[in-house]
Amino acid sequence: MNISALWRDIRFLKILAQIAFIIVLALAASYLYFNVTTNLARQGLTMGYGFMRNPASFDIGESYIPYQPSDSYGRALLVGLVNTLVVSALGIVLTTVVGVLAGVARLSSNWLINRFAAAYVGLIRNTPLLLQLMFWYFGVILQLPGVRQAIELPGPIFLTQRGIYLTWAEGTAAFPAWRVYILIAFISIFVIWFALRSARKRATLPLSPWWNLAYLLIPMLIIGIGALIQPEPPLRPFRPELTGLNFRGGLRLTPEFAALLFGLVTYTGAFIAEIVRAGIQAVARGQVEAARSLGLTTGQTLRLIVFPQALRIMIPPVTSQYLNLAKNSSLAIAIGYPDLFSIAGTTHNQTGAAIEIITIMMLSYLSISLFTSLLMNIYNKRVQLVER
Amino acid sequence: MRKLLFPVFSLLVLASLVLAACGTPAAGTPVTVEVTRIVTAEGPATGVETPTTGGETPAATAAPVAGGERLQAVLDRGQVICGVHGTFQGFGFVESDGSWTGFDVDFCRAWAAALFNDANAVEFRGLSAQERFTALQSGEVDVLARNSTWTWARDVELGLTFGPVTFYDGQAIMARRDIVSDASAGLDALEGANVCVQSGTTTELNLADQFRAAGVNYTPVVFEDQNAAFQAYDEGRCDAITSDRSQLATQGQAVLQNYADHVILDVVMSKEPLAPAVAQGDDKWADVIHWVVYGMIQAEELGITSENVDEFLTSEDPVIRRLLGVEGELGAMLGLSNDFIYRVIKLVGNYGEVYDRNLSTFNLARGQNELWTNGGLMYAPPFR
Repeated sequence: MNISALWRDIRFLKILAQIAFIIVLALAASYLYFNVTTNLARQGLTMGYGFMRNPASFDIGESYIPYQPSDSYGRALLVGLVNTLVVSALGIVLTTVVGVLAGVARLSSNWLINRFAAAYVGLIRNTPLLLQLMFWYFGVILQLPGVRQAIELPGPIFLTQRGIYLTWAEGTAAFPAWRVYILIAFISIFVIWFALRSARKRATLPLSPWWNLAYLLIPMLIIGIGALIQPEPPLRPFRPELTGLNFRGGLRLTPEFAALLFGLVTYTGAFIAEIVRAGIQAVARGQVEAARSLGLTTGQTLRLIVFPQALRIMIPPVTSQYLNLAKNSSLAIAIGYPDLFSIAGTTHNQTGAAIEIITIMMLSYLSISLFTSLLMNIYNKRVQLVER
Repeated sequence: MRKLLFPVFSLLVLASLVLAACGTPAAGTPVTVEVTRIVTAEGPATGVETPTTGGETPAATAAPVAGGERLQAVLDRGQVICGVHGTFQGFGFVESDGSWTGFDVDFCRAWAAALFNDANAVEFRGLSAQERFTALQSGEVDVLARNSTWTWARDVELGLTFGPVTFYDGQAIMARRDIVSDASAGLDALEGANVCVQSGTTTELNLADQFRAAGVNYTPVVFEDQNAAFQAYDEGRCDAITSDRSQLATQGQAVLQNYADHVILDVVMSKEPLAPAVAQGDDKWADVIHWVVYGMIQAEELGITSENVDEFLTSEDPVIRRLLGVEGELGAMLGLSNDFIYRVIKLVGNYGEVYDRNLSTFNLARGQNELWTNGGLMYAPPFR
């Protein structure tokens, strides 16, 4: 084969480019690897994850899984990861609510609501998140009164500088039995759905909409029978009460958690508000006018015409806001919330295993982000327009 | 387009060849490794230097004569890069006019004085508790004088060499007066307390150990920054704050709104010997760090201060003559000028002067940091 002909063959050149790129990449990686290992060896240090099994011997302020200082570093990092996941997951749910409300408010014809939403977006979006977290923590939550002078809101909700105490529900002795009834009621909804669907298929005329009441009545009937068998209610209010120096009972949000969650939700909410506004405005005006001329109400127009189309535009940018929220949670270190970044930092400092810890952190945040975007991509596929 | 591809390829191939040439020797022959280190990151002296060991120096044959390259690098640069605390009054602090003050800072000045006869030939790097050891390991700083506790793990696992202890400290705990009546109370007075603590410190570990040993329940609130921890404590987020006794006293007076409302418990929770540290593997550089500190302690013992040091130059006492470099070749053996201790005392002062200058305003008694002749622990090996 003619060599010069090969050089002119675009397919060959493309493959060659790929091969050259891989070689360069591999060489760069091996250079980095050897540079690291030789530098470590020079100082008599070794790399490895053996330290993960050693006892951490530091304490963690809040944890959703059992943890004590005699547990391993691995366990401590897991505690941090769970803390990060909890604040991210809650944050994503709440920020969606805040963002959608603020985004719709930005389009409101009510001057006050409109201006208020614009001020919120303008102020929050244009200041650094770290500053806002510091503000919420040191400037707001720590300025709340002490435990004994707690601000009481209806509920009761107690606002103190030691945390926010909410009334919560706790299961009674009857709770296990109730779980079964609730499960049966839940399953019955699916059964009704299947039954109605097959009935619709068989029927020649549309079914009366009154049949839909079955969704409400049958589960209520099941719960009612349950109440007859088991008169004790499944849940009872679990109120925080002042005992000694602190509140006991109820659900406690620590000041750090509350400040972080609040900061992340308001910050990301401002970005989502703009995405929502843009998404709604991007739906062609003719669509709304057409809906109106068909006699749909404003609510119906929004719900049936505007939102489904706006959603398609909004989902990809909202996904990246979700990812930002999860990653921004690492700023928790400034206000003392023991998230993954904070605990990994402590572990790094105690063990000196810088490269290992940074690898763990990178992989953890990467997996969180990839998993979030995977879910959002699946959702995106579902709402995408099916083009034929 | 096609014509462009060929030169691009050639470049890529060439680049990979160059990389291969750099990368492979490191794998095969670990003795003659070429180590590239970024020594400075800012300032005019910025540069990447590649000190090579093994080739021309006799280091390859005589293993015990390790290092010296760091000392040489510092001498060539004309500046010591010193890792310090940036926001800790009394130890390492940037004043409002941009100047650095503090106990640790003065030791950095002492090393600069010994090396360059100029106490200002220092570049200070403010480091967080978490950054400090990595900065030393990666060679970003020459020496770390950042109120760091000398521990086994840091010495052995982190690959550091700690210098002589410059400050004997112990961990203590400070609480509000409305919770703890007086300083003699034990840890059990803090049952159920929230305790503010800085992350990445030995304090964090001792806190867990001591409360566990005493069987007292508590909740730690961990901050990355010591000032944030103090601020949160001051705002009432925590019932108590724990740190080295020196820090509680100095920071407490500098930061807290009303220092009199707080009490430092007598309970000593740990030993915290604070010492400068250098990266392991360069004994010569470590010797310079050690002996300058010893010289300052020795000078105090001999009563030599920055004011009267010139009078001692004519002293007949051979101990003083050797220390100040009038007699003998002590400095030259380290690769320094013979009068390096004289310079340190003249430009910075002896140990006691440094202590008084920085810490007397905080009413920190010398205690264990007195000379051994006064019942303390400060003791320098003989200069001979």
